Amino acid sequence: MAASEDLERLAGTAVEAALGAGAADAEAFATDSTGLEARIYEGEVESLSEAGERGLGVRVWIEGRAGYAYGTDLSAEGLGRIAAGAVETARISDPDEFAAAPDPAEPGREPAAIAGLADPAAAEWTTERKVELAKAIEGAARAADERVIGVETTVFVDERASVALASSRGVAGAYELTSCYAYLQAIAAAGGDDADRQTGLGFGIGRSPAALDPEAIGREAAERAAALLGASKPASRSCPVVLDETVAASFVGFVAGLLCADAVQRGRSPFADRLAETIASEALGLADDGRRPEGLASAPFDGEGTPTGRTPLIEGGILRAYLHDSYTARREGGQWRSTASAARSGYRSPPSVSPSNLIVAPGELSFEELLDEAGEGIYVTEVAGLHSGVNPVSGTFSVGATGRAISGGELAEPADEFTIASDLPAMLAAIRAAGSTPRWVPFGGSVSTPALLVGEMAIGGG
Amino acid sequence: MEARVAEHLIEAELAAAVLARALAHGGDFAEVFCERRSALSLSIDESRIEGAQRADDGGAGVRVIDGETTYFAHVDGLGEADLERAADGAAAALRGDRRAPSELRAADPTRGQEIETPPAGVASERKAELLRACDERARAAGSKIAQVQASYSEGRRRVTVANSDGCLASDDRTRVRLGVQVVARRGERVETGFETLGGHRGFELVGDGAAEAVAERAAGVALTLLGADPAPAGSMPVVVGRGFGGVLFHEMTGHGLEADAVQKGASVYAGKLGEEVAPSFLDAYDDGRLPGEWGSDGIDDEGTPTRATAVIHEGRITSYLYDLERARRDRVDSTGNGRRQSFRHLPIPRMTNTFIAPGEARPEELIAEVANGFYAVSFAGGQVDPTTGDFVFGVSEGYLIENGTVTKPCRGATLIGNCLEALRRIDGVAEDFAVKTGFCGKEGQSVPVGVGQGHVRIAELTVGGTAI
Repeated sequence: MAASEDLERLAGTAVEAALGAGAADAEAFATDSTGLEARIYEGEVESLSEAGERGLGVRVWIEGRAGYAYGTDLSAEGLGRIAAGAVETARISDPDEFAAAPDPAEPGREPAAIAGLADPAAAEWTTERKVELAKAIEGAARAADERVIGVETTVFVDERASVALASSRGVAGAYELTSCYAYLQAIAAAGGDDADRQTGLGFGIGRSPAALDPEAIGREAAERAAALLGASKPASRSCPVVLDETVAASFVGFVAGLLCADAVQRGRSPFADRLAETIASEALGLADDGRRPEGLASAPFDGEGTPTGRTPLIEGGILRAYLHDSYTARREGGQWRSTASAARSGYRSPPSVSPSNLIVAPGELSFEELLDEAGEGIYVTEVAGLHSGVNPVSGTFSVGATGRAISGGELAEPADEFTIASDLPAMLAAIRAAGSTPRWVPFGGSVSTPALLVGEMAIGGG
Repeated sequence: MEARVAEHLIEAELAAAVLARALAHGGDFAEVFCERRSALSLSIDESRIEGAQRADDGGAGVRVIDGETTYFAHVDGLGEADLERAADGAAAALRGDRRAPSELRAADPTRGQEIETPPAGVASERKAELLRACDERARAAGSKIAQVQASYSEGRRRVTVANSDGCLASDDRTRVRLGVQVVARRGERVETGFETLGGHRGFELVGDGAAEAVAERAAGVALTLLGADPAPAGSMPVVVGRGFGGVLFHEMTGHGLEADAVQKGASVYAGKLGEEVAPSFLDAYDDGRLPGEWGSDGIDDEGTPTRATAVIHEGRITSYLYDLERARRDRVDSTGNGRRQSFRHLPIPRMTNTFIAPGEARPEELIAEVANGFYAVSFAGGQVDPTTGDFVFGVSEGYLIENGTVTKPCRGATLIGNCLEALRRIDGVAEDFAVKTGFCGKEGQSVPVGVGQGHVRIAELTVGGTAI
């Protein structure tokens, strides 16, 4: 794998090539990564994959027209082809008065490194040790509950990457990172009853395999699956709902998507024109923070070189800010700066406005107190069909769910095959409390959130 | 018409050397998969062409199977050194003795799909004009149309597969796709309509007004939803629309027929080969050869020629969907369903174009026989847990059926149920067959698939909505 300085030089060469091909301004983003994926099934290695990826994307501007191209051939000839492709696409595009190359950070505000983004200890893990870790996760799920009859593939993935950015405006930077995660889906069945099967997810994320607790990951999957055995369809009604951290994170991710300035400016958000207004209950606090080492979306600067930071989005229910990249900030006419929200999903796409790590402010109530506060309702531990069940424009949603009934303020019988439905603005207004113990969840983006109590939601069941 | 004869991306000699290298430390099977992809996409938003993007990449993935374990490595680039690096990476964890691969056979040339107008040869400006025409057509639907976004994409993927059993095959795949999303607004109400058109076709697919018709339909759905009431909640008869309605079968049955899920017991259809799972009038297929369809290819990503596989015949399961590895375990032939997103992924059993075969009913009959129910014209997507068979679908366009007549549009509806039950409860399939375009995600890999059916009626299903 190339060191980040070499990659930065390569990005610089690509910028020169683009200017030579006719671009007025150019920006190049390059990544080089290696990774391992181990899949375990019934105690044996099912597959072991080694990934090596190296590529570069070039964004160019010609008189307000923007274009993008990427490729994996990083020879001088290859870079020339990428540069020419970017210029060609810019010429197809229509001019946009706000489209321009981002300026570098002002002196004194340059991006600062984030301690802990790359864990040197990760390199000490051999393939054999990673495989053992994954096997231990599967074993832990089987050992945790005798009703666990199997485990769908247990997956371990890690990555080490170098990232570099350069532009004709003088943006230049590079960093390295490590990350890893593991997950499994346990299958539980009730004593010989083949018809009653349930699955449960367990997962862990970190900067090094040492951060993954195999016992805890396996046990979570087993407990989630076993807890659902004997589930039945709850009655259709409107009632209080407690969302566990994984479900809360998925919804928070959707809300944050609607707080992105491009959605707002283009009339695709129910939260447009609501700055400084109350858009949620007082119990909700939400921030975007691109500098938390535990958050996998952290980086010293965003996809166009803007130094990352913390942006409060919702405080005490009041909307404080939208997420901006340099384009959307410019379009606001100078009142707003980029919030370092130009996100890249690798070199294969240009940056777009997207949250980094989302942080939901923890509240005062323990999990038991949240249930007690709910009284009679439903505890939702999994939702399905989010990508199809939520209308990202209006925020109206209806998604499939599984979980437990809440009766007399305590967890009661398991429930499945039901839907929860509402719309995101109504749901935000109905949040009654946030739990006191947040967790990092890789759903809805990279989110740290506690469980949330929503005062009222529509349950569609029997 | 241009019926492509796919050329090999690497010489047979180099492929043989890479396979030998991959088996240097043993293994029962080795394969090298090479791919070169070029693509162009652009979109229109706020009546402005933007987001134009070009991609050119290529690389290789090498896998070695030893017993029940697969070793895989992928690299960017198709040079000799790149391929050697991938072979060494795949062989790195093996500790056995060298094995010799079989000599590569010159396979029958792949029967590719016919491409009338290769999109790469069409001027970019015509593609931009196409999007402008979509924008105009959608906006012409009235003043309530607030936003129009349309995107056009074209891609050409050339692949070459060689394996230690002697297979050497190549395919040349060209796909074109158009998507239009329209936002309609009336006061505070905002609704969206989304429609797509895609195929294993050239630029001819979107010509002759086809693109504009997609835009018009998306606008129509958005406007209809502006007048929609919250969907009902509860159990009722459901009529599922033709074409994209087939995603219901794809999710609730197709995934459970993929042999990897079956062999792990992670499918409700495991051990049910030959058993009756649907009413006796129901036939269903997976067919990777349907001319011009989005899920069609000449060969799958393991070099097996694609074919039509009857998965359900007269209500009984007649076949699972296999790739090479799962076929070997069950001692059957691959059904040509070993697919992968790219050279960066391992092939796994995947659907191609999957559909319920046309029935004999007329669609209006299926609806007229329902006293009170729900008409799900199309879906935003869906998801199923293959182990339990539980599924959920977001309805993008739905209506109430009252006294045998389609009445009020509904918004925010979800269909939820269990696939074994839902499949058994199908009590009518109409003749008005159509196939539509989708992307299917599995194990982090997205592949183009076709879904299809005529109108299908399910006697009872749970509709999840906000009206109680």
